[in-house]
Amino acid sequence: MKVIEVENLTKRFGSFTAVDNISFSVEKGEIFGFLGANGAGKTTAMRMLCGLLVPTSGKGVVAGYDIQHQSEKVKASIGYMSQKFALYEDLKVWENIRLYAGIYGVPEKETKERTDMLLAELGFEKEKESLVKSLPLGWRQKLAFSVSIFHNPEIVFLDEPTGGVDPVTRRQFWEMIYKASERGITVFVTTHYMDEAEYCNRVSIMVDGRIDALDSPSALRREFAAASMDEVFRHLARKSKNNGL
Amino acid sequence: MLKYLLEKEFKQFFRSRALPKMAVIMPFMAMLIFPLAANFEIKNINLAVVDNDKSVTSVKLVNKITSGGYFRLAESAATYGDAMRGVELNRSDIILEIPSNFERDLKREGEAKLFIAANAVSQTKGGLGSAYLAGIIGDFNKSINTQLKDGAITISPRFWYNPRLLYTYFMVPALMVMVLAMVCGFLPALNIVGEKENGTIEQINVTPVNKLTFILSKLLPYWIIGFVVLTICFFVAWFAYGLVPAGSLATIYLFAALFVLSFSGFGLVISNYATTLQQAMFMMFFFLLTFIFMSGLYTPVANMPDWAQKLSIISPLKYIIIVLRQVYLKGSGFTDLLNSFWMLSAFAIFFNGWAVLSYRKKS
Repeated sequence: MKVIEVENLTKRFGSFTAVDNISFSVEKGEIFGFLGANGAGKTTAMRMLCGLLVPTSGKGVVAGYDIQHQSEKVKASIGYMSQKFALYEDLKVWENIRLYAGIYGVPEKETKERTDMLLAELGFEKEKESLVKSLPLGWRQKLAFSVSIFHNPEIVFLDEPTGGVDPVTRRQFWEMIYKASERGITVFVTTHYMDEAEYCNRVSIMVDGRIDALDSPSALRREFAAASMDEVFRHLARKSKNNGL
Repeated sequence: MLKYLLEKEFKQFFRSRALPKMAVIMPFMAMLIFPLAANFEIKNINLAVVDNDKSVTSVKLVNKITSGGYFRLAESAATYGDAMRGVELNRSDIILEIPSNFERDLKREGEAKLFIAANAVSQTKGGLGSAYLAGIIGDFNKSINTQLKDGAITISPRFWYNPRLLYTYFMVPALMVMVLAMVCGFLPALNIVGEKENGTIEQINVTPVNKLTFILSKLLPYWIIGFVVLTICFFVAWFAYGLVPAGSLATIYLFAALFVLSFSGFGLVISNYATTLQQAMFMMFFFLLTFIFMSGLYTPVANMPDWAQKLSIISPLKYIIIVLRQVYLKGSGFTDLLNSFWMLSAFAIFFNGWAVLSYRKKS
């Protein structure tokens, strides 16, 4: 079953085409890596899928809803974690969970029970009453991810979730992503860490607003006769007109 | 949904270091300190007296005028020309000329004339000075009246509704409006722009929270806080100046609610266009200053030049200041204030309509 279907999606800002006629689909339960250099159009494409940005042309269906005309329904079925840390720093850990769970309509009783479970899982029991601003970055990112899937969305969109995080935490973060995927949540993740690309079921690589390659990491390595995803990526990125390479 | 968002707003408000303290200090500052600083009451006006009569009554009159603290006898001139020279040399601001048959006319004909000339270069000194002078003579007139039964001096203005012409009484109700404008107009707008700057608004935009719920979650807390602050203002005005509204408090609350609705709508419009706090602050101050000077807070609208009077209709502050002054000093009721009611309603619809239309969850 396809949970994301995109056809000829385009976004122009004035004369600049940020996303240029892309088409792809994502299967339920997949971990889909969305790769590309800075400025390749990853975030723009993702924001359109989340209903934050109106496409210039083309069509997109997320969780069965049209991204242009049913964007509020799309929003109710997805989780989103942005590049910029977006939990409320002046709220406590449990207050952030309560706020977002409440917004998505998770019953209060359930929220209470699951909050304690979640914090135990994360090893954050002692931080329940801490203000989020007092947590180190890696912990915050883990918390933000947990909050974004707390309401059991069909799909979670992660925009460079591991930016600026240390390798150990990055590893733990990916373990969390696998767990979410096991729960049946489809994971759509942008990154520019190529080792992370290897963890994905399938990856697409965007260059100058277009998707230049889309397959499983192993198939891509074969296709480009490369030893690693890093090589595949550099091979493709070299074609870009605006990355100064 | 709204419940969780409101809970969040209140937690954030009370957790912030400055906001709760400011909300309590502001009404005290506005009620106790600002009226003193913004006092236009003038003392020590230099008076030149040309007493052509030199009678008991005229001496009494001059004594009365100079004993009040407002006037200082700068010069007793022999002729009007001498006094005029004093004005030219800036020694005196106002000339009071008492005609030679002042006492006799007063006694015989029950009527006498005085001549007041004011140097209007210093407009406030000249204008207010002659008004004060007329007031004092009016008082004197009354005491003469009781002595002479039907004798009278022709000048007798009275300052209606604010009989003692206390500037404080004039300023305090208007300053309450300022406090409301700050709490209910500024704070929610800055709060929203703050969320834009932090990126937290994007996280909200990607949830199914709808426009209206989000906006209400921003406005309601500040409305509640605004009314608490307004109520503190009432108490401070009462304790500090013994100033209680001559009209009903219900009228004030009703109009305050309407004003708050329109002014927070204005704040929202700004928050929709500003992307940083700096931009928002700058726009806020630009418009707030315009609104204040057009509102009649300092200069009565009727004293403004024609074009400024026409321009003053764009200031929502003007209408609520009129309401507060009239209810406080004159005891006006709802039916006397219909014009303000309609204007404030129009502002509320205009700003809030604009705010809802210009707010975008997506771009």
